[in-house]
Amino acid sequence: MDYTILILGLPVLSFLILGIFGMFMKHRTAGIIGTASLAAVTFLSYLTAYNYFTTPRTADGTYATLVPYNFEWLPFTQSLHIDMGILLDPISVMMLIVISTVSLMVHIYSFGYMKGETGFQRYYAFLSLFSFSMLGLVVATNIFQMYVFWELVGVSSYLLIGFYYTKAEAIAASKKAFIVTRFADLGFLIGILIYGYYMGTFTFTPGEERMMQYSMMIPWALGLMFVGGAGKSAMFPLHIWLPDAMEGPTPVSALIHAATMVVAGVYLVARMFPLFSAYAPDVLHWVAYIGAFTAFYAASVACVQSDIKRVLAFSTISQIGFMMVALGVCTGMNPHEGGLGYMASMFHLFTHAMFKALLFLGAGCIIHAVHSNEMSTMGGLRKYMPITHWTFLIACLAISGIPPFSGFFSKDEILAACFKFSPVIGTIMTIIAAMTAFYMFRLYYCIFWGKENKELHEKHVPHESPITMTFPLMFLAFLTCVAGFIPFGHFVSSNGESYSIEINMSVAITSIVVALVSIALATWMYAREKQSFAEMLAKRFNKLHTAAYHRFYIDEVWLFITKKIIFRCISTPLAWFDRHIIDGFMNLLAWSSNESGESIRTIQNGKIQTYTFCFLAGAIILTVMLLLL
Amino acid sequence: MTSILSLSAEISLTVIIIVLLLADLILKEPNHKKLQGLACILMLIQLIVNIQPADAEAFGGMFRTTPMISVVKTILTAGTLIVFLQAGEWLKREDTRFKAGEFYILTLSTLLGMFFMISAGNFLLFYIGLELASIPLACLVALDKYRHHSAEAGAKYILNAMFSSAIMLYGLSMLYGTSGSMYFDDIASVITGTPLQVLAMVFFFAGLGFKLSLVPFHMWTPDTYQGAPTTVAAYLSVISKGAAAFALMSILIKVFAPMTAEWELLLCVIIVVTITVANLIAIRQSDLKRFMAYSSISQAGYIMLAVLAGTTQGMASLVYYVIIYIVANLAVFGVINLIEQHTDGKVERDDYNGLYKTNPKLSLIMTLALFSLAGIPPFAGFFSKFFVFAAAFNSGFYLVVFLALINTIISLYYYLLIVKAMYINPNDNPIGYFKSGTLSRIGLGICLAGVVALGIISCVYQFLNDTAIL
Repeated sequence: MDYTILILGLPVLSFLILGIFGMFMKHRTAGIIGTASLAAVTFLSYLTAYNYFTTPRTADGTYATLVPYNFEWLPFTQSLHIDMGILLDPISVMMLIVISTVSLMVHIYSFGYMKGETGFQRYYAFLSLFSFSMLGLVVATNIFQMYVFWELVGVSSYLLIGFYYTKAEAIAASKKAFIVTRFADLGFLIGILIYGYYMGTFTFTPGEERMMQYSMMIPWALGLMFVGGAGKSAMFPLHIWLPDAMEGPTPVSALIHAATMVVAGVYLVARMFPLFSAYAPDVLHWVAYIGAFTAFYAASVACVQSDIKRVLAFSTISQIGFMMVALGVCTGMNPHEGGLGYMASMFHLFTHAMFKALLFLGAGCIIHAVHSNEMSTMGGLRKYMPITHWTFLIACLAISGIPPFSGFFSKDEILAACFKFSPVIGTIMTIIAAMTAFYMFRLYYCIFWGKENKELHEKHVPHESPITMTFPLMFLAFLTCVAGFIPFGHFVSSNGESYSIEINMSVAITSIVVALVSIALATWMYAREKQSFAEMLAKRFNKLHTAAYHRFYIDEVWLFITKKIIFRCISTPLAWFDRHIIDGFMNLLAWSSNESGESIRTIQNGKIQTYTFCFLAGAIILTVMLLLL
Repeated sequence: MTSILSLSAEISLTVIIIVLLLADLILKEPNHKKLQGLACILMLIQLIVNIQPADAEAFGGMFRTTPMISVVKTILTAGTLIVFLQAGEWLKREDTRFKAGEFYILTLSTLLGMFFMISAGNFLLFYIGLELASIPLACLVALDKYRHHSAEAGAKYILNAMFSSAIMLYGLSMLYGTSGSMYFDDIASVITGTPLQVLAMVFFFAGLGFKLSLVPFHMWTPDTYQGAPTTVAAYLSVISKGAAAFALMSILIKVFAPMTAEWELLLCVIIVVTITVANLIAIRQSDLKRFMAYSSISQAGYIMLAVLAGTTQGMASLVYYVIIYIVANLAVFGVINLIEQHTDGKVERDDYNGLYKTNPKLSLIMTLALFSLAGIPPFAGFFSKFFVFAAAFNSGFYLVVFLALINTIISLYYYLLIVKAMYINPNDNPIGYFKSGTLSRIGLGICLAGVVALGIISCVYQFLNDTAIL
């Protein structure tokens, strides 16, 4: 597995080449360099996965954890050191496939989408940087390496959201994303430090003895790490950055804010899962509650948004909530007894990445065609853009949980795990699944059916996108159709042993029925030219509708906390203290240094007699001092 | 291995000196360019030939070498090479070009002296090495004797050097008188810390304190640096100091082990006084060469923190500090030298106002090097300061470390004054753009790479830590 180093090496190389020499290149060359390196990475990732999963299992029925590279970077003590390396285990290999596939599709897609944009080379350079960081994150051999790449991912996300840096909204959104996630990462860092201090190592598998001895501290460490994960994965109330992040180019949203970076938090929890499950089950269940609330909140907001990317953003938040819930409802390591959620979560991560990337890329095609994000400019697009239409429909069916599309299988596993844990959570999640089907088909009908904006469409006839953009759509749609049949539990499960997925009939039938009902409702409300019932509902529940449209004013709450409370009550007095007391002290220090410097300087008068006198006197005084003391 | 071959570094250096001497005679005037190239290539060869660390003894323990000593010699050689790369701009001048050969030969003679000084296992050889490292330096300082205050600086230097040598020799004679031997190992087992031996130790310390320019043995430094040719001042400030610091540390630990309590106290006082006094005076300097003299005094104080630690960690951090100090200081002196040569002697801080507009690259190098000297992360100087502080802290000298830390804040101020001059101070008539020679640029490039990268590459310190023995 020596070639795995190239999986990290190629993107960084292409980043450097594009970053340094990009401005001397043609757009085409830059795009080809970026895409070719990613294609190679994808090939290597698949090869890695093939080699990894075809190697015979070890005696206890699990796949061996491989560490092809590990380089000791900063040693602190014998056991505590920061390493940089590559770790291969079922989930990291799965993530390699997810990231490289989606990233490659986005690279290809961007050829068409970003055509002619200024800064095309810069865009590809940043994409390479992001791919490198994300791949480095998932193959991290220790929590600190993960943190380093975690921050790198944050930086590249910041750069890509703010890609249109002349646009004020984009700048504000990039700053918001960076600050909010950084704020959450503070918790992550503290968690890591606590972990390192008490466990005496940064690796994922501390010694049994230390864990027993400090088992009180593990929940704290893991809880704080989850705060970081919640920031990146946009869990309530730290989700506020993700909808705004849609200001970035749409392929970027598909890559970063749907398929890869935002699931880093889920990946983090999964990575620490053995510790969570053994030492901090309560924290794990809190993860479930937060996930469930987030899923519900985001789904309800998604029902009333009018900007198609915002709908998808909230849908992403909601689906990540599903993954978190699935992890959180686990009560043990055995997939047959309470460990099912782990597999379900990873499975959903895998399938969601494909169909959500597809949805975003489809949305990109639509935006490309009508030059707007607002639903009011769309409607009736199905005749202009057949490929986009069909692939988008497939993705909508998948996310709604209709068989045989991939989303059905993974969502079914999640619901089954939820029902096993508690019927209440199971019911809630089923309701959220119904809402998902509803808002997705609302979106679908508003774009492709419904009332056409004839006036706009006559001026500028919408057209299907070029092949570079439709090919990724078709490829991802294909994956969405077949991914559900992958025997996923065979590869990834909570204790590493092979697990065969069984469809729980009662859960499956319930969820299909509610999904179909929701779709039917959406069809009745939105498929026609006139949407009188929807308008009537909006009028009837005017307050609720407005509140949901404004995302229940969570952003305003944050603004109030920061601007009114923190800035006014803490920052302003501190600023005064700094300006008058601290600076005043420093000025005093500076003044006295200056004065004393002036007075000592006179000894330095240029005469050798003085110099030798000082020399000898100094030596003698020092001797006397040593003898007396 | 106890053969003459254990002196390989010294032998090859001697051969280089002879080759250069002959070349100076044979080559037709003006030969300064050829000599510079030859000197640089020969130093490169010296560097490569002796890169293999050796562990050996010769002449019955009079001369010894350990892997750490070899590493230090390699570092000094590399530093000298950088100085040579930068010397061309000065030596090509009409009034100095005929002295080029002398510069290289004299410089290498002092380097040879330093090699013997740090390899000595006996005070006699040590003293000879020290003198060999001192006397040619006086000629170097006075090389520009019709210009500036070079001659005055040379006179001051040689008189002070004589005085300090005399004091040191006096101390050594007392040591010999009370122990009956000049060998380090023998002395260490005999001395007990009688008052006479304490006096001897202080006198010995004063001798090296002169080379390191520790307060109160530092008075010659500003005058000499200001008057000396800039390249020579650069050499004085890094190579000569690095060698002396290393020798001081090994001798204090090895020979004066029974008097550890005494020299620790001595060092504590010296460090605090040195750093504070140097910093306070440095604030008021406007002549950059004089300013760098005070800066180098305070840097020597920081190096002494590593000596104070007295552990292998201290030894490693000392050598690490010296490496980074060499690149950073040579970068600053390199820029000062270039500007001085290209503007007919402008070395005032105010002359640098607005330099950024006309010479952005030089300004950048200068800025990064000053950041490194001030110890701002992520530049190398931060790490080197961190390691010496950590070493002294681990040995329990909390108060000294604290006072040194306060002093770094003061030093930040005066280093940034130069950065401010270059980037912020308005100037309608800044120093014009000029193009410097290739070799100078290579030299500055090496320094810049060192300043930026040496701190981040963790294996450098790791290597030193593994090699260090007391």
